[in-house]
Amino acid sequence: MELSDSDLDLVSVLADGLPLVDRPYRAVGQAVGLSEDAVIARIKAMSAVGIIRRFGVIVRHHELGFRANAMAVWDIPDPLVGELGRRLGDSPEVTLCYRRPRRLPDWPFNLFCMVHGRDRDAVEAAIRGLAERHGLASHGHAVLFSTRRFKQTGARYGRRPLAAE
Amino acid sequence: MDNIDRSLLNEFQQDFPLVARPYAAVAERVGIDADEVMDRLARLSRGGAISRVGAVFRPHAVGGSTLAAMAVPDAELERVAALVSAYPEVNHNYQREHRLNLWFVVTAPSNAAVQAVLADISARTGLVVLDLPLLEHFHIDLGFDLKWS
Repeated sequence: MELSDSDLDLVSVLADGLPLVDRPYRAVGQAVGLSEDAVIARIKAMSAVGIIRRFGVIVRHHELGFRANAMAVWDIPDPLVGELGRRLGDSPEVTLCYRRPRRLPDWPFNLFCMVHGRDRDAVEAAIRGLAERHGLASHGHAVLFSTRRFKQTGARYGRRPLAAE
Repeated sequence: MDNIDRSLLNEFQQDFPLVARPYAAVAERVGIDADEVMDRLARLSRGGAISRVGAVFRPHAVGGSTLAAMAVPDAELERVAALVSAYPEVNHNYQREHRLNLWFVVTAPSNAAVQAVLADISARTGLVVLDLPLLEHFHIDLGFDLKWS
């Protein structure tokens, strides 16, 4: 699906958030030069093709008491990483699951999972459970807890600054 | 925070109503009126529980992004983290427990713009910046189950 200029403007506004007014899609449409119906139709179209992965309330884990987060990484042989990634990605403990490149010798890991929890013990237990259920013990592994959040704001996909998850 | 707040936080993370009056549609489901839904969402946003009501886009669907990592000497971490955070293209920036101790996400309108930011950070700090772009994503994003019980 080709994104038009008005789609890109709409993407910017939607990443920023819907205004809290009676008819928010009409308000968004006025900002980007689309009708209310067109805004709704474009959101449906972008959702149908997967450009929009999710449309709804976006919560902040840390502020809701999920204060611990770790990036759990594994070095999985390339022929196995797709299947293991899909299994880990379907696990309820996992918030995000990606394959990324190794950068040897500094970084030997190619499978990345984000795990959030109320405290460090909960996150460690969740990662142990994942490793046991999916038979990951023989693979190289590291857990990188976050110790400090320096910034969590503004993704910029379009032409104006946007709020990020 | 009462049960209606919890419903608003947990049950509308996906498939937000795509109708002319979505807050009224939400209101009907949780049993309050639309004005109260908007008031509650505004309060939860002010308090930090909600980032926004909006869209999460598939990475790389629009523009470019990457995850970057640096090994920063402890004495310089504060300064380098501030330098990195100052880029508008950097939207997440965390210290993590590893020799590679600074991890950040760069998002920009194009891949070339992402690469320019990484090169600039490397040049200004004299440190290597590892570029770890997404190759495949495995997670179906259904939001984050807050597990109220």
